[in-house]
Amino acid sequence: MLHSVVPYVMCVVLFAIGLYAIAVKKNLIKVIVGAIIIDNAVNLFLVLVGYRTPLRGPAIAPIVTPEIEKSRRAVQELLSNAVDPLPQALVLTSIVIGLSVSALMVVMALRLHQKYGTFDLTQITKLKG
Amino acid sequence: MEHLLPLLVLIPLGAAFLIPMANLIGGRRGTRASEVIALLAVAALVAVSLATFAYGPAPAVWIGGYRGASELLGVTGGAASAELAGPGGTSVRGVLVEQVVAESAAARAGLRVGDVITAWAARKPDQEPAAERESQPLHSINQLRRENAALEPGGQLVLQVVREGKAMQLVVTGGKSVTGIAMFSDGLTRLLVVMISVVSFAAVLFSLSYMRPYTKLYLYYSPLMLMIAGMNGVVVSGDLFNIYVFLEVAAMASYALVGFGVEAEELEASFKYLVLSAVASGFILLGIGIVYSLRGTLNLAQIADFTRFAAPNDALWLAVGFFIAGFGLKAAMVPFHAWLPDAHPSAPAPVSAMLSGLLIKTSGVYVLARLTFNVLGVSTAVAYVLMTMGVLSMLVGVFLAVGQWDFKRMLAYSSISQVGYVMLALGVGAEVLARQEAVTQRWSALAFLAIFAGLFHLINHAAFKSLLFLASGSVVYRTGTRDLRELGGMGQKMPWTSFFARIGALSISGIPPFNAFFSKLLIVIAVVWSGHWILGAVTVFVSFLTLLTFTKAQRYLIEGEVPARFADIKESPLPMQLAMGILAAACVLLGVLVPFHMGTLIAPAAQALFGQIQGYAAAVFGG
Repeated sequence: MLHSVVPYVMCVVLFAIGLYAIAVKKNLIKVIVGAIIIDNAVNLFLVLVGYRTPLRGPAIAPIVTPEIEKSRRAVQELLSNAVDPLPQALVLTSIVIGLSVSALMVVMALRLHQKYGTFDLTQITKLKG
Repeated sequence: MEHLLPLLVLIPLGAAFLIPMANLIGGRRGTRASEVIALLAVAALVAVSLATFAYGPAPAVWIGGYRGASELLGVTGGAASAELAGPGGTSVRGVLVEQVVAESAAARAGLRVGDVITAWAARKPDQEPAAERESQPLHSINQLRRENAALEPGGQLVLQVVREGKAMQLVVTGGKSVTGIAMFSDGLTRLLVVMISVVSFAAVLFSLSYMRPYTKLYLYYSPLMLMIAGMNGVVVSGDLFNIYVFLEVAAMASYALVGFGVEAEELEASFKYLVLSAVASGFILLGIGIVYSLRGTLNLAQIADFTRFAAPNDALWLAVGFFIAGFGLKAAMVPFHAWLPDAHPSAPAPVSAMLSGLLIKTSGVYVLARLTFNVLGVSTAVAYVLMTMGVLSMLVGVFLAVGQWDFKRMLAYSSISQVGYVMLALGVGAEVLARQEAVTQRWSALAFLAIFAGLFHLINHAAFKSLLFLASGSVVYRTGTRDLRELGGMGQKMPWTSFFARIGALSISGIPPFNAFFSKLLIVIAVVWSGHWILGAVTVFVSFLTLLTFTKAQRYLIEGEVPARFADIKESPLPMQLAMGILAAACVLLGVLVPFHMGTLIAPAAQALFGQIQGYAAAVFGG
């Protein structure tokens, strides 16, 4: 029981660390790192959701190759041991989205540094609250 | 007709790719080419969205799968397979059935509570019973649901079951469902699509003049098109993960557009918006993950089908909480509103119009309403959360708006307040539907009225807030300032802009012949009728403060003396006038023609939410 809960708890802890970084840290780069940690915590969660306890032997990746399709035994093994493929597809998409968001954040941070000469959020306050 | 739905996403997406290409090839004439492509794309969108109306209800479009009548398996049980008591004191590996829904496919097959399903096999419709493929071990009930959903029409599931120590075989018939990604258009989607295309058309028309002083315009029009594609994608997709992807497409384009001017303030606002929106996306994806783990599908209609039968689940509440936080952030509802008053005014005026008029509604209010009413089911707790967020947003937004001297900032705060109205009305509708007595005609009529009023205010806000943002842009274009204390006498210098701004201001204040009068009146009636007297009083009070805010705006913008340095300014160019004219006409017509348009425009949208989960699932699966 315990070993199946621990990864989820770690996920939540990771998410909380990311939220903490965004809420508390005053450095732009640390805020960006916080956002990336949140992103990865969610990706990890999705991968965990897709995990199924294998019936025989170790869990395997849900990849269907022509060789597997030919062999009846391989299909059997895939069905009983493969993890759920759908969350993995979601995670791939989510990673790509996360990558572009973090790239945009880094570019914004660079531009902000050009304008303000600092990464300190307490000094980047030209807008009134 | 159903072929029109992908066009809503493909047209702006194509334009977003064509615009940089045209710039690459066209060289000097590239800017003009981007403008022409953008304008053609939004004009085509207006045509397509009107065509969806002309055709009326349409079946869902399935990409990569077939559609058929859905039928629930009707069984819940242990999440994963475990060692359970088997025949003759031995133990077997299988999944324990914990609940069987009456009259479901599982009940017809004879499955009972306490049965242990050890293995399954799928049988094709034309196969001999003996020729089925070998039984597979069963991992979880969710797997069985997925297999049931993947069956062809007329296919069967053969289950190996252990009941009270005896092994037996049961045959489940009639699992008919879907495997593809759905695009679906009901009344609500059509309403939002028309709203998006008309406001986008006005915004692009306005940009033709407004954006001229900027350089590298293809970097402006391309994200603008991408944002439209994202918003259209959110409203037409019937799949939870697709909604997330399109949400991100629209959001990513909007980050770039907010920071388009690359001045210090704009970058600061954009970064703030970017970080908070990224957190919101994290919450939303977490919620989606939980819903998938519970329901085993991402199709909204199938989730709705499961919701109808499955017992309430603690983890589902967690997902609902994440959704409220995520979409609340996207819609800038009050505990989560900090980014909006920075981000919306910092963008160029046509983008502000689209962000305030469209983006917070499609990626916040629409998805939240769809999930609450049509997918996860209404409940008193969620309804109260929506109502609380709505009332807080109304109050906080209007209190902060009334003191502002920056015109665009005032408009942004007022957006929070006006979207609060929508949220309150939808919350009241959900609260009444969740009551036990909602079955009687009187109460269901009240719920319908509340939803109707909320959606009516939603499109009204799109019309008048976009109009006001464009008017502010028109003033900024000529004077270079948006500080109300420095402005004045625009009634003499810019008569048309002032005229349109006055229509917008009168609309948002709820003056009778204009649109918001009717929607605010209906909201107040619905809130009071449902028994929330205090909330009704608050609604009227906020309406009064809104009137005060926009009286102040008119006093300092339109009336008064013309400052000396603006003595020789001219009226803004024709495309800006046209764009404002379209939206002003929308404000007037939505108000004056209430008896004529409500039957075709808003009532079907309200009906879509009012139908709740049964109505939505039935509409998507076509019967």
